[in-house]
Amino acid sequence: MHDAAIHAIVILLLGLLLGTAIVIVRMRELWAAVMLTGIYSFLGASWMLLLDAPDVAFTEAAVGAGISTFLMLSTLALTSRRAKPQPGLSPVPLVVVILTGATLIYGTFDMPHYGDPDAPAHQHMAPEFLDDTVPHIKDAEHPDGKAVQVDVGNIITSVLASYRGYDTLGETVVIFTAGIGVLLLLRGEPREDAPEDAPEDVSEDAP
Amino acid sequence: MKQQTILRIVAKLLIPYILLFALYVQFHGDFGPGGGFQAGVIFAAGLILYGLIFGLSAVREVAPPALMETLTALGVLIYAGTGVLAMFNGGHFLDYSYLGGHGGGHAEHHGILPQGQHLGILLVEFGVGLTVAAVMISIFFAFAGRERVQ
Repeated sequence: MHDAAIHAIVILLLGLLLGTAIVIVRMRELWAAVMLTGIYSFLGASWMLLLDAPDVAFTEAAVGAGISTFLMLSTLALTSRRAKPQPGLSPVPLVVVILTGATLIYGTFDMPHYGDPDAPAHQHMAPEFLDDTVPHIKDAEHPDGKAVQVDVGNIITSVLASYRGYDTLGETVVIFTAGIGVLLLLRGEPREDAPEDAPEDVSEDAP
Repeated sequence: MKQQTILRIVAKLLIPYILLFALYVQFHGDFGPGGGFQAGVIFAAGLILYGLIFGLSAVREVAPPALMETLTALGVLIYAGTGVLAMFNGGHFLDYSYLGGHGGGHAEHHGILPQGQHLGILLVEFGVGLTVAAVMISIFFAFAGRERVQ
């Protein structure tokens, strides 16, 4: 595909993401807002696919659009479907948010351009990972006989599971711990001594 | 949703392919995109869809909650156990090159079974997939089994 066409699609997707986000923020009907977060995740997944990151796109589609949508819907089933009306515009949080956002955008000016081959990430570790991972590239371009360390075709998998095996073990333990925490909090019978007249609207911190 | 015929039929058609795709992402993750985390989430999403359409008791029969909680821990155990196995074979923790018995990396294949780094990556990805799928399904049970607070 032409670069111009890809740029057009990226701009369209990012515009839709922005529009969806604004609608979600302004919406009081929580059921529709949850549906829109699912749409937001699918748009994000499509955009990541365009950036050649199918792994991340998988995750975004399955977790963002699938499981977290379900979790938010089941939370809605337990609470209320409408958010409480918010008080009017409060200036201090607005200023804080604008300042933080401006700082973050200012920070991106120092980041290397997308796909820049001179980016620090491509200078230091990545060449080593690439050289030592895939045997056929090695044999074709570096016939110096140095042993290939990881003979797995997908470089992302080899980096995540082998070169960064400790990180991934840590992440797995984090998921395990989070799951245990949720189960400890939520599992089991509802308490018998729960107050009968609990407030109907407990959805302030819904997304 | 048991009376929704269209949803039931479409879910019945889709669920086997969702589960199959999860297995593909799991065991082909060393060559194609994907890996344990994605596979686990997709597998759990397939079972959650089953639970949404056919009811909580149906999915409890397929995936008993007690078994899911065991698998949650088993996945982490498989991952860490692979690392310890490498230590027993003389390497460092999680140094899969020592799993093949030859020591060091080797690009050539010995028979059908994967060895060394390849074997290690398959094992740890399987551990990740197991833990992720089991945690997601357990959280689904925890949420779906609750009554509305009144």
